[in-house]
Amino acid sequence: MNNGKFEPRIIAFLCNWCTYTAADAAGVARMEQPANVDVIRVMCTGRIEPMFILKAFSEGADGVIVSGCHPPGDCHYNNGNFKTFRRMPLVEALLTQFGIDEGRFHWGWISGAEAPLWAQLARNFTEQVRALGPLAWKSQKASKED
Amino acid sequence: MMDAGRHPNITLLTYSEVTNISGYVGNFKVTIKKKPRYVREDLCVGCLQCIDKCVFKNAKFPDEFNMGLNLRKPVYLPFPQATPQVVLIDPEQCLFLKTGKCKQSCAEACDRKAIDFEQKEEILEFQVGAVIVATGFEPFDTKRLPYYGYGQYSNVYTALEVERLTSASGPTGGEVILRDGRHPKSVGIIHCVGSRDDKTNKYCSRVCCMYSLKLAHVVRDHTGAEVYNFYIDIRTAGKGYEEFYDKLLEEGVHFIRGRVADVNDWATTPEEEGKLVLRVEDTLIGVTRRIPVDMVILSTGIEPQRDADKVASMFGISRSPDGFFAEAHPKLRPVETNTDGVFLAGCTQGPRDVPDTVAHAGAAASMALALLDKGVVTISPIVAEVEEKYCSACKTCLSVCPYTAIIFDEAKNVARINDALCKGCGTCVAACPAGAITGKHFTDEQIIVQIEGLLREPEELAAKAVEGARP
Repeated sequence: MNNGKFEPRIIAFLCNWCTYTAADAAGVARMEQPANVDVIRVMCTGRIEPMFILKAFSEGADGVIVSGCHPPGDCHYNNGNFKTFRRMPLVEALLTQFGIDEGRFHWGWISGAEAPLWAQLARNFTEQVRALGPLAWKSQKASKED
Repeated sequence: MMDAGRHPNITLLTYSEVTNISGYVGNFKVTIKKKPRYVREDLCVGCLQCIDKCVFKNAKFPDEFNMGLNLRKPVYLPFPQATPQVVLIDPEQCLFLKTGKCKQSCAEACDRKAIDFEQKEEILEFQVGAVIVATGFEPFDTKRLPYYGYGQYSNVYTALEVERLTSASGPTGGEVILRDGRHPKSVGIIHCVGSRDDKTNKYCSRVCCMYSLKLAHVVRDHTGAEVYNFYIDIRTAGKGYEEFYDKLLEEGVHFIRGRVADVNDWATTPEEEGKLVLRVEDTLIGVTRRIPVDMVILSTGIEPQRDADKVASMFGISRSPDGFFAEAHPKLRPVETNTDGVFLAGCTQGPRDVPDTVAHAGAAASMALALLDKGVVTISPIVAEVEEKYCSACKTCLSVCPYTAIIFDEAKNVARINDALCKGCGTCVAACPAGAITGKHFTDEQIIVQIEGLLREPEELAAKAVEGARP
């Protein structure tokens, strides 16, 4: 698959109503996007626990994306995105303390109508993580356990 | 309209506004503000004697229904077929309501004593099962495109104004008379004003081509004028529509393909004197032309209502990028919204013509009736659930729930979730410090297994497959 070239693995947590819809639309419209990004759908970004993000990194992800509906008024659940807005800066600080480069974590907003933005984010973020190289948290963890 | 007004099962509230809505599908509570019309609806029979006897001998205020092309009095019937047939008084214009000094000849003229200057705003509350939002559209404001000269040149009209001019019940009785009193000998119709334009609205408003053709036909019929249509594309999809376009081509209506650059009165030749000149590139023959006309009609597009954002947030409706209300699915659920029990009808969802609006409204009405007739509501299985034995009664979930779907059971000291109110966003699941709440179909286990599965190395997957295949 990779021909020796580093292929980053990225997990994206997307809310059902905005960014997941945008990602779906980007696929339907056949926009170019890398296969490195794997999407996990949640109903609302407010559902995303910091633990999921840490879990993704510990299972071998090189980058994580969290994306939902634009604040203030886009959220299907009135204000779930605000909870994300408050939670994610803390997650960011936590990841930095764990020694994970800021560039490996992206959180933001893409509405259901912004499919090209999603494709662009997927492309840019993959390249950004590729430049940072493998995180290798999982292999480090395994070698410590040995 | 009359049928709806008379129907025993329909309560018609005109001149009223929804100010608040709470509750959920099958059980909404709607608060409605009924504005005072200073006329008792139960007594007025629409004899219009009060209008004759108003102290304003001559009509003085622009008539909104006729786009201000004629004048009305402070007491008026909005339009001839208004339902209900009840007059109203404009408090900003009525002498008595404004200054308190008037002999109230309208009240004297009314033998049913229907005029009531004491009337106050009423707040009504209704319990309803479903809501249909049919708030319509707003015509594009032509002043946003100053190069078409609307408001600057008196003979530039919007299509709605010409519609009133050509109407037999309109301000001129159907005679097309310009604001300067002349009859037009040549008319230019500019299509796509506020539609299919990067500067204003990118979408096609769908109805303008057909009404422009209709106006072209009617104006030509009433005045014998030469009519020029300036179009980008003629979009006459629909039953009998293309045939109508063909008929106009045969009648000798001119069609020039090109977007008009501007409208001005700067004559360069004697035949342009006193006329409005349209400058346009005729893209079919590839030359720039100047067309002098007496009258310009702007075919204005359809835009969402100015307060659509307020209505959207009140009813929990999302909006498409163009600002119209978003349907739950563009193909399969065209009249439902993402909020259960709230339906859309007509141009509030997107530009459409009369037959499509009637069909859309019919669909919305039957969806609402089907919902109510069943008597029970099917809700989504994606809801959150509290595992009572783990609940530590911290009440964190109560503060994060956007729907107040969680109540605290003081007796048992646990939080409880109302399945009918819960929409399954999962915010409380993420917030619960005790991990006592599970989001059905999006449980922690399910999401973690997804993460693990997606990040498993190909070799691991292959090994797993071999293991699974062993007997």
